[in-house]
Amino acid sequence: MSGHESTYTPNSAFERWLDKRLPIIRFANDTAISFPTPKNLNYWYVFGGILAVCLAIQIITGVILAMHYEASVDGAFASVERIMRDVPFGWLLRYIHANGASMFFLAVYIHMFRGLYYGSYKAPREVLWILGCIIYLLMMATAFLGYMLPWGQMSYHGANVITGLFGAIPLVGESLQTWILGGPSIGNQTLQRFFSLHYLLPFMIAAVVILHIWALHVPGNNNPTGVEVQDVEKDTVPFHPYYTVKDGFAIAVFLIMFAVFVFYAPNVLGHADNYVEANPLVTPSHIVPEWYMLPFYAILRAITFDIGPIEAKLLGVIFMFAAIAILFVVPWLDTSKVKSMRYRPVARQFFLGFVAVCLLLGWCGAANPDDAVIPALRGEASLVVTYTDAAGAVASSTYAGGDEAYEAAEAFMATLPATAGASLEAVPAPTFLFRHLSLILTFMYFGYFVLLFFLGLSEKTKPLPESIHKSVLKAHKPKTGTAVPAE
Amino acid sequence: MTAETTHPTTETVDDDRRNFIHIATGAVALGGAGMFAWAAVDQWSPAADTKAASSLDVDVSKVPMGGEIRVLIGGKPFFIRHRTESEIVAAETVNLAVLPDPATDDSRLRAKADGTFNKTILVTSGSCTHLGCVPVGPSQGNTGDFGGWYCPCHGSHYDTSGRIRKGPAPKNLPVPNYRWVSDSVVNISL
Repeated sequence: MSGHESTYTPNSAFERWLDKRLPIIRFANDTAISFPTPKNLNYWYVFGGILAVCLAIQIITGVILAMHYEASVDGAFASVERIMRDVPFGWLLRYIHANGASMFFLAVYIHMFRGLYYGSYKAPREVLWILGCIIYLLMMATAFLGYMLPWGQMSYHGANVITGLFGAIPLVGESLQTWILGGPSIGNQTLQRFFSLHYLLPFMIAAVVILHIWALHVPGNNNPTGVEVQDVEKDTVPFHPYYTVKDGFAIAVFLIMFAVFVFYAPNVLGHADNYVEANPLVTPSHIVPEWYMLPFYAILRAITFDIGPIEAKLLGVIFMFAAIAILFVVPWLDTSKVKSMRYRPVARQFFLGFVAVCLLLGWCGAANPDDAVIPALRGEASLVVTYTDAAGAVASSTYAGGDEAYEAAEAFMATLPATAGASLEAVPAPTFLFRHLSLILTFMYFGYFVLLFFLGLSEKTKPLPESIHKSVLKAHKPKTGTAVPAE
Repeated sequence: MTAETTHPTTETVDDDRRNFIHIATGAVALGGAGMFAWAAVDQWSPAADTKAASSLDVDVSKVPMGGEIRVLIGGKPFFIRHRTESEIVAAETVNLAVLPDPATDDSRLRAKADGTFNKTILVTSGSCTHLGCVPVGPSQGNTGDFGGWYCPCHGSHYDTSGRIRKGPAPKNLPVPNYRWVSDSVVNISL
């Protein structure tokens, strides 16, 4: 908390000398040692520390990889392969960097869901939350730019699809796209600017992280009860050693999981297509982004209809960006005075539903939109003969069921004149497709935020504990009275 | 401060002069920043050499009958197809009413300098109008249901005039800007 008294006493002559000139030790002490932190933070609160470690890992490995990488369409793919084969420990550094991106997003998603569950975006922490949203946006931009650098098939064609989205913007879209690419299509100039920005953005993230921590240290941490600190003596403990040790333990566990990916499944989160050098003349049959972008990719593809003058493609882009933009205004969408979902039994159920919706959207993003969600429920395909009839109109005739259908269709086609231009096609039976599921989930995603607005006005919340201190004592009153399970 | 001058309390500040200086200083700073921003933004526009590489002369006499060649111009794919007689007939006789994006075969060709058409050579863009994948054609052994091209990404079928016939793509394969330089050379530009 910004108001807390400095507890630092310079012990040596040098420290006293420095403290008068640059009180940096005092600052570090007050920020990371004596900082009063609510005593009831659970393990969901360790991801901030984990994220700081992730950022450091990405910057260190990234700076090293840049020493061996060549940002040119002729050399990029080969230089990455050289890093993997020839550069001492290059394989390790690249696998850490590539999997580090996934670990970074895994941690940030848990961190964000934590914030949504405990109402950490509410007054007086709105700016803290918005800074976090900016970091998340910068992370997605950095990851997208970085994914292009290996110059594999998925790098090239994925970037093609995403930069193509800008082309959907009316009037300025096409010139905007040309400006971003620096030419009519993705070329050497595009790769070079993406590399430059990929190197720049992590430092911008680091700068916003400093603001994020500053904004955190003004009101202090939220906590699982959502009740603000009232008595620093009773409600808080110093950050060190209580949370340095707790965070340190969590970081160690997280790094073990990270190492399992790096050493035992370094490519499981990637795509085999990206080990094929980019070729503008051959498109991979199934273009998918990295897993952490999948929910947004699902939203993008869920919109397949026009609304008035707005075309489906543009509408998909609008919904995708809106899905991120809505996070920025959550502090004002949620009308409830109670922060923590612990005391909002109805909202809590919807929150858990929201988490499920996000995960299912990710599943939809990975799937082909025209595949059946449950293939077992799908009926048999029917054969359709399409031809031009005597009047010049298009006609079709359908044959359902087994081998006889094929023979019947063939026999029918034989009766048609050559000018009919008959063609035979297997039409799959209509069923519930990923496209449909994505659309439903998209509306549920946005519905959650609308619901937060109305629910906050009407719901009946459980009584809040008087203070953090009292809630801790109540939770740890063994044997007597009713035990309250910890969350 | 040893030689501190004491300001008379009666000294008046001319607000108009101060405002003028503030606005003038701000205007110079903003103007300078704006002029730099212009350069910083415009350097991302296509460079002169990139623009210069945006047209190409192609010798179409080298394209085998019934086959095609694929060229990249500024990184964008284009198809140059040498059509057989039956493919030309198929492209010309189709009922326009059945086409999702109606266009005659002639409207998709460009006249030579003498005003005649070379119907055997078809030049189209090589990116599917659905999501920009590159369709497969005669060289890959799959020309789709209508003898032209087939897009493996989402199943769009194009005919021997590059027109969309079936599948999710909304438009025909666009015909790029090109002109006949001689009887055997076309110049394609973006």
